[in-house]
Amino acid sequence: MKISLKDTTASAVASRLVGLREEGGAVALGRVLTLIIVTDGADIENAIRAANEASMEHPCRVIVVRPGDGRRAAGLDAEIRVGADAGASDVVVLEPRGPGRNEVDTLVTPLLLPDAPIVVWWPKNPPADMSADLLGRMAQRRISDVGECSSPIELLHQMAQTYAPGDTDLSWARTTLWRGVVAAALDERPYETVREVRVYGSTTRPSAHLFAGWLAHALKLPVTLEHVPGSSAVDGIDLVRRTGTISMRRPVNGAVVTIEQPDQPVRRVAMAKRPLEDCLMEDLRRLDPDEAYQLALVKGLPKVVVEA
Amino acid sequence: MPVRIADGVNPLRQPGDRRLPRIAGPSGLVIFGVTGDLARRKLMPAVYDLANRGLLPPGFALTGFARRDWADQDFCAIVRKAVKENARTPFDEKVWDQLAEGIRFVSGEFGDDAAFKRLARTVEKLDEERGTGGNHAFYLSVPPGQFPIVCTQLAEVGLSSPREGSWRRVVIEKPFGHDLASAQELDRVVSEVFPADAVFRIDHYLGKETVQNLLALRFANQMFEPIWNANYVDHVQITMAEDIGIGSRAGYYDGIGAARDVIQNHLLQLLALTAMEEPASFEAGALRDEKEKVLSAVRLPRDLGRHTARGQYVAGWQGGEEVIGFLDEEGMDPASTTESYAAIRVDIDNRRWAGVPFYLRTGKRLGRRVTEIAVVFKRAPHLPFDLQDTQELGHNAIVIRVQPDEGVTIRFGSKVPGTQMEVRDVTMDFGYGHAFTESSPEAYERLILDVLLGDPPLFPRQREVELSWEILDPVLEYWSRRGAPEPYRPGTWGPESADEMLARDGRTWRRP
Repeated sequence: MKISLKDTTASAVASRLVGLREEGGAVALGRVLTLIIVTDGADIENAIRAANEASMEHPCRVIVVRPGDGRRAAGLDAEIRVGADAGASDVVVLEPRGPGRNEVDTLVTPLLLPDAPIVVWWPKNPPADMSADLLGRMAQRRISDVGECSSPIELLHQMAQTYAPGDTDLSWARTTLWRGVVAAALDERPYETVREVRVYGSTTRPSAHLFAGWLAHALKLPVTLEHVPGSSAVDGIDLVRRTGTISMRRPVNGAVVTIEQPDQPVRRVAMAKRPLEDCLMEDLRRLDPDEAYQLALVKGLPKVVVEA
Repeated sequence: MPVRIADGVNPLRQPGDRRLPRIAGPSGLVIFGVTGDLARRKLMPAVYDLANRGLLPPGFALTGFARRDWADQDFCAIVRKAVKENARTPFDEKVWDQLAEGIRFVSGEFGDDAAFKRLARTVEKLDEERGTGGNHAFYLSVPPGQFPIVCTQLAEVGLSSPREGSWRRVVIEKPFGHDLASAQELDRVVSEVFPADAVFRIDHYLGKETVQNLLALRFANQMFEPIWNANYVDHVQITMAEDIGIGSRAGYYDGIGAARDVIQNHLLQLLALTAMEEPASFEAGALRDEKEKVLSAVRLPRDLGRHTARGQYVAGWQGGEEVIGFLDEEGMDPASTTESYAAIRVDIDNRRWAGVPFYLRTGKRLGRRVTEIAVVFKRAPHLPFDLQDTQELGHNAIVIRVQPDEGVTIRFGSKVPGTQMEVRDVTMDFGYGHAFTESSPEAYERLILDVLLGDPPLFPRQREVELSWEILDPVLEYWSRRGAPEPYRPGTWGPESADEMLARDGRTWRRP
């Protein structure tokens, strides 16, 4: 169900939400967080869909803030979505316009769930300093997605400059499956130090850089990131050790990683690219500062050597 | 200076990295009894779901062993069908193709030495072709009567003894015996072949998620534990009810009954988790020590006739459907005295629980499917209201709903709006999210992953199994001398004697 409210205020929206709960009765779920999505328009439905999927694991209230035309008369339009249109959440879309359209913190305050953590997600174009942003300041977790922005790698380095505990980027979640397989490979014999690491993938994708940065920091050596034409992700890795090289490859646009290492049969493991909602779900799973991300971003990234 | 890597020292695994999944090392799973319901509905889909989530090792192999005259491809088709019908995650052709490459089938009887030699060769070849590294888990999804022969055969062909640096594990499902003596015998057989830490006793109803939720509720919070004792608690009711009958399981169920099937394992485990003291840590050992301690303090009532109840459902109408009676189920002995409903009272002899009865009940064809733990509190010692005002006020209660609709309900009194002072019970409800179960892993996924990782924390140890039988054996023995159980209508909450049993203590069963 979608309820449209024209020329309204945030507190009117809040009381309508309470009213809906009383009418509908059983929508009083144990919501665990408020997810604020800040977007400028086109990708709004995609973001809401991902948030609704993620709410299946993390019941939440979703507040979408879409600042409208600054030159129009001041006002607020809102839309409430509940039931089939809102997953295990309720969705409130807020479109402020006119002079007050950027004062978004006071806009969402009446709609925040009491005591519950706040997560802000910028599906595109995060502010230059997320933790200094009006909404970002209120949040426990700030999620950017630099892969969806122009000049993503520059932006990623900028994110490293402004990093504050609680920041994460969805590109980091996109590396999790690769990281899992590589870490598992080093759990097994022979236990040997890694002398050299080469990562293969797209040099314009932040996930490849973060993956390389993570390895560089953890293994304390420079990591080469070699460009693979046509790639849009991580495509492979070589871990060079005394007795030979562990080599993992995933063909461009493929979904199977082939693993070769000395004295071992060739192994394969399925690894498809993760959909947006999976990444978002993973990011919402823990709301404490992600130290591993910080280290990969701040300490690891400078140690990545890019080969075009 | 490169970073050191050694056994258990992996620089890529940092404690602060909470996202990094633990993927099992190279390994394979051999399932005995692949034609069974459980393998089709739960095990195979769980294996696929794990693969889909990227948690199975590269080169993972799944081997089926059964009496059928199948080739690898036939078995593969069976698994594929089972996965498509029952997997939790969407079917992905590429994930499936990877899994399918490692699927093997060995045809044979459990008594057939040649078949086990073939199995040994298959497993060896998997090590060469797929790189399973000599690590294999054997899942005995077969009746307990066949554990000895399978274990012996595995030992004969050397499958139970790992090479240096690899492992062999065995997974057995409840029931772990049908009384203390048989449980001990079963353990003797299995532990002759596999060392204690290689034996995984799986109780799938007690998926890790449930157990961990319960532990988190009790020990991560400040507001529950102070009142979790005899000073405040009046009694505890632990219920596991099913609305279905025994269906096609007559062969298994006859002679086993509700108490052996459910109370001995699930309900006593839930009791242990509800009543135990705080463990020193959540390590496997510490947790089991506390469970064992509280189980060894459990005492049965002296007069079993007054404090236990049992029943058999009769034919009738349940929820708009005509259902047949327990004794008429296909394959059931019409003169069977096996119970389909069992309820017992136990007490716990320690300071925390002295004088607080724990009522355990389970049954088939009850009102609805529900598993819950209800901690019912004493009434307030003094009520500063008129008697009339609080007539509708019951006992406060905390109800932990295990399934379905996992969550916690708190019942307490609240004033009814209006000019009169009137207090009535209301409910405060917490759910793990209405769609939580869709996205949270199936119990079997965690169980299989734990086995492959060698991570046994929440599986019961043999001592716990034996303690549970020590509790239940006298009841079973008493019942065996009392003839037929009392009939009850399907779709109700059991026989009248169950209500009488609580009425004697001045209490009533909660309607779940």
